[in-house]
Amino acid sequence: MSKRITVIGAGVAGLTSALALAERRAEVEILERSERLGEDCCSWCAGGMLAPWCEAESAEREVVDLGRGAIAWWEKRVSGVERNGTLVVAAPRDTSEIDRFAARTDNHERVDEARIAAIEPDLAGRFRKGLFFPEEGHLDPRRALHDLAERLAARGVAVRFGVDARQIAADGRAILDCRGLSARDALPDLRGVRGEMLILRTDEVRLSRPVRFLHPRIPLYVTPRANGHFMIGATAIESASRGPVTARSAIELLSAAYALHPAFGEAEIVEMRADARPAFPDNLPRLVVKDGRTYLNGLYRHGFLLAPIFAERAAAALLEERSADESHRQRRRA
Amino acid sequence: MRLYDVEINSRLLLGTAQYPSPAILAEAVRASQTEIVTVSLRRESARLREGQDFWALIRELGVRVLPNTAGCHSVKEAVTTAEMAREIFATNWIKLEVIGEADTLQPDVFGLVEAARILNEDGFAVFPYMTEDLVVAERLLEAGCQVLMPWGAPIGSGKGLNNLFGLRALRAHFPDVPLIVDAGIGVPSHAAAAMELGYDAILLNTAVAKAGDPPAMARAFALAIEAGRAAYLAGAMQPRDMAAPSTPVLGRPSLAR
Repeated sequence: MSKRITVIGAGVAGLTSALALAERRAEVEILERSERLGEDCCSWCAGGMLAPWCEAESAEREVVDLGRGAIAWWEKRVSGVERNGTLVVAAPRDTSEIDRFAARTDNHERVDEARIAAIEPDLAGRFRKGLFFPEEGHLDPRRALHDLAERLAARGVAVRFGVDARQIAADGRAILDCRGLSARDALPDLRGVRGEMLILRTDEVRLSRPVRFLHPRIPLYVTPRANGHFMIGATAIESASRGPVTARSAIELLSAAYALHPAFGEAEIVEMRADARPAFPDNLPRLVVKDGRTYLNGLYRHGFLLAPIFAERAAAALLEERSADESHRQRRRA
Repeated sequence: MRLYDVEINSRLLLGTAQYPSPAILAEAVRASQTEIVTVSLRRESARLREGQDFWALIRELGVRVLPNTAGCHSVKEAVTTAEMAREIFATNWIKLEVIGEADTLQPDVFGLVEAARILNEDGFAVFPYMTEDLVVAERLLEAGCQVLMPWGAPIGSGKGLNNLFGLRALRAHFPDVPLIVDAGIGVPSHAAAAMELGYDAILLNTAVAKAGDPPAMARAFALAIEAGRAAYLAGAMQPRDMAAPSTPVLGRPSLAR
């Protein structure tokens, strides 16, 4: 008999883990408290950048190693994964930020005005110095979550929406808890880091890849989505608040977008949304076994980048009886 | 060093923003052996008590907290933020920032003096972030401040001590007031230079938080500050234009070619 597992939470951690389990022929069900996919999870606000080398600028070195395989994992499973790099630019007076970013990261090339114009023609003449990370990629997180749910459905795994897992008896099933910040009741180390994002729509700018716009106070990224949509993100505020985007954050994000390209000033604001990312004190994800339950949590800003490797580890730990502590130690050594 | 009747051993004050993670911040604080950390409070999150997790992490560091009013552009904002900070961190210490200019983040010295007066009267121990201006310093002392914090250079610029003459003059004019260089420090040699001028302490954030290895840089700063202080106390030699050989020239045998 195959092992029966209940995954709680249909965010990026829950869905990737459920798929990793289903691919190993476990019998999986997914419980989700909200009524619709993405309604109540911070993955819905994600940027979807698969950019391990860029992340090294502000994250631990481990993130690079852990995230290296993410693009290949997603490419095999969801549509719309682009592997065409990340462009990093800064306004002329902030070009020292480029040098700082370059010193902190690797696997990039220095680009000048002409090269920037060749990579992203709509940014021609706007920036004289930048960095290009050719091996990075991106995806549309919402599309990816839908595709995951469909793939799971094709394997007979349904997401049961509107189910509060606290009311469910374990019934002999193993539990993988991917509730994000809601799991603070069991994981007291977990904290919220608020992120705010906007979606703009314009036909006047075309970008093919995520562009990071460095600024000493307001670093921002713009990732292109289908049909002239652009996701502008994201703030990182030490707060668990999921309340509406503040005027200050909106002003900062919009003025940075405008500085990247003035046409964003004419764009329509399609959406503004805020949520809180779950993070442990070291801002690295963890697989935790506690009171007979396995937890995958703390993906912080790296949900789509690090979910694949941790989903695989969670599935391996649950099915091959390899303890999660061991994989945690392996992660430490990695 | 005494700051508002509190004896402090470490002459390094560390900001808590922009670290890669709270875990690295905690390591940096330990490595620096600082006894005071500054924390900025965003009013919107303070009002709703939304930064709780992070504030709890800060309190767990076990060091004295100096809340600051970073990002405040008016007297009213700064005073409100200070009041919230007093409630949240249960301290009357406040690092007072009233920003006057968006590009250089330099203080609005007029608003600063006014806010300092209001807060001092309200029982706060005010640590004002100021320019190195002597007259502003005088006004802040009149407003009740017992510590002054002139900038070295604009916040986050890492340029070091922009106006050595001004900082030296400030030290000379106020020999008995604790003076802390706040902002603009980029590398440990900047901090050592300020300590050699006789400054009492250094407050910095970005130089450690944005270093490749923040805990190692925190330690480097602690050493530089200790060295600078020791050098100040030891009394430095006076520089001169000509060489001064350390071995006597007189009486040296001159050899015939």
